[in-house]
Amino acid sequence: MRLVFSRPEKMSMYWRETMRQMNDIGIGSLIIVILISTFMGAVMAVQISYQLGGQLIPRYYVGYLVRDITIIELAPTITCLVLAGKVGSNMAAEIGGMRQKEHIDAMEIMGVNTSAFLVMPKIIAAICVVPLLVSVAAIVSILGAYIAAVPTGLFSGAEYIQGIRSYLETWNIFIMYVKAVVFGLILASISCYQGYFVKGGSIELGKASTAAVVMSNIAILIADYLIAVLLTS
Amino acid sequence: MIRAENIAKSFGDQHILEDINLTFEAGKTNLIIGRSGAGKTVLLKILVGLYPPTSGIVWYDNVNFTALAKKKVRDIRMQVGMLFQGTALFDSMTIEENVRFPMDMFTNKTAKEKLDRVNYCLERVSLKDVLKKYPSQLSGGMQKRVGIARAIVLQPKYLFCDEPNSGLDPKTSLVIDELIHDITIENNITTIINTHDMNSVMEIGDNIALLHNGHLAWEGSNDEVLTSKNEVLQDFVFASPFLQKVRNLHT
Repeated sequence: MRLVFSRPEKMSMYWRETMRQMNDIGIGSLIIVILISTFMGAVMAVQISYQLGGQLIPRYYVGYLVRDITIIELAPTITCLVLAGKVGSNMAAEIGGMRQKEHIDAMEIMGVNTSAFLVMPKIIAAICVVPLLVSVAAIVSILGAYIAAVPTGLFSGAEYIQGIRSYLETWNIFIMYVKAVVFGLILASISCYQGYFVKGGSIELGKASTAAVVMSNIAILIADYLIAVLLTS
Repeated sequence: MIRAENIAKSFGDQHILEDINLTFEAGKTNLIIGRSGAGKTVLLKILVGLYPPTSGIVWYDNVNFTALAKKKVRDIRMQVGMLFQGTALFDSMTIEENVRFPMDMFTNKTAKEKLDRVNYCLERVSLKDVLKKYPSQLSGGMQKRVGIARAIVLQPKYLFCDEPNSGLDPKTSLVIDELIHDITIENNITTIINTHDMNSVMEIGDNIALLHNGHLAWEGSNDEVLTSKNEVLQDFVFASPFLQKVRNLHT
């Protein structure tokens, strides 16, 4: 980790690489994040309406619950689990492929600090871009719930908007961003580690890519629990 | 000049190299030869610092390379160029970007200065109109030449070549050999080539070191190869029945 965050040889090269990674992670994952978030919100609205149906709880509570569940839990966690699959496996395969084709050795012999040049831009890009993707996921999820439930008559638009605007705790938004930053750090660092230290051939590269996803997912779930305990108790 | 002093290397209980003492002179093409598994690649990787030796010292001129801190190692490595067996060209970059990469990373030259240097290096290895192509669009021989261009772009003091002729036809191999030899003399570079190509040995081997089962079995020049009585060397050089017939005719 000390090597990863050591002083760059040439700031402009690191900056360019970081921008490239931000583009890959952000723009490259936008469609899948929007798609998943839309259905996440839609399913949530339908199921919460079903659970609360026939009870004495006002229907605007659906909007309130959708918003808070999305912000506190589903937008950061589901988005980052998906990103661990898409971005994490890509990072592990990219760096692992470079290791196998001797690109990393070539850079080392040139004098490049490869652990910094290949890993730091990915971690910084993930820390910056994942919170933005989580924000998009939260907004789209809340919109998805509206699109799925209002036209089908589960509740009215006014009720939903009233719920969305009720009892907003800004602390919950803070929790969402803390999760997004921590999960971004986890998925980038675990994936880069798996790729950087890969040994062997294409089978091992596949295993490293899979391990990056599985270990990132497990670490994200553990971190999710710890953050929940720390920030809500 | 690079000097290997009492180099030994083991992986677990497997001894790969034992007591290797060699001096690689500047302005000469120094060849490390030997059968597959003799320890050539391990020795080359120890010399460039990719593997630490189990014991012994690698000297770059008068600097103890083995004992240097990581940052100092990088300072030395900026004076090192290396041609890899598989070229190790970055396949997502164009040829121009590949050759320019070390300059982008370590120099503050303007874009025009960098382009001029890239063009000079590519011309030096006799490549034209390849700037915007990708490595996959070039033949194996052309990729090797791009690898050489990238290795010399920062005007290195030390040049390492790992099996530069592997996968190339004999004629292209000669072109690559001559190119490495000429560049070595022009720039007074300490060049170390790891090979088992006998054409290279005879054409450009100023200093030759033969490794056998992890030990230094013979040392000499290409002129001495044919006259040496060293059994391991004779066994290696005249391995094929064809060459054995040539030797018998010669003697």
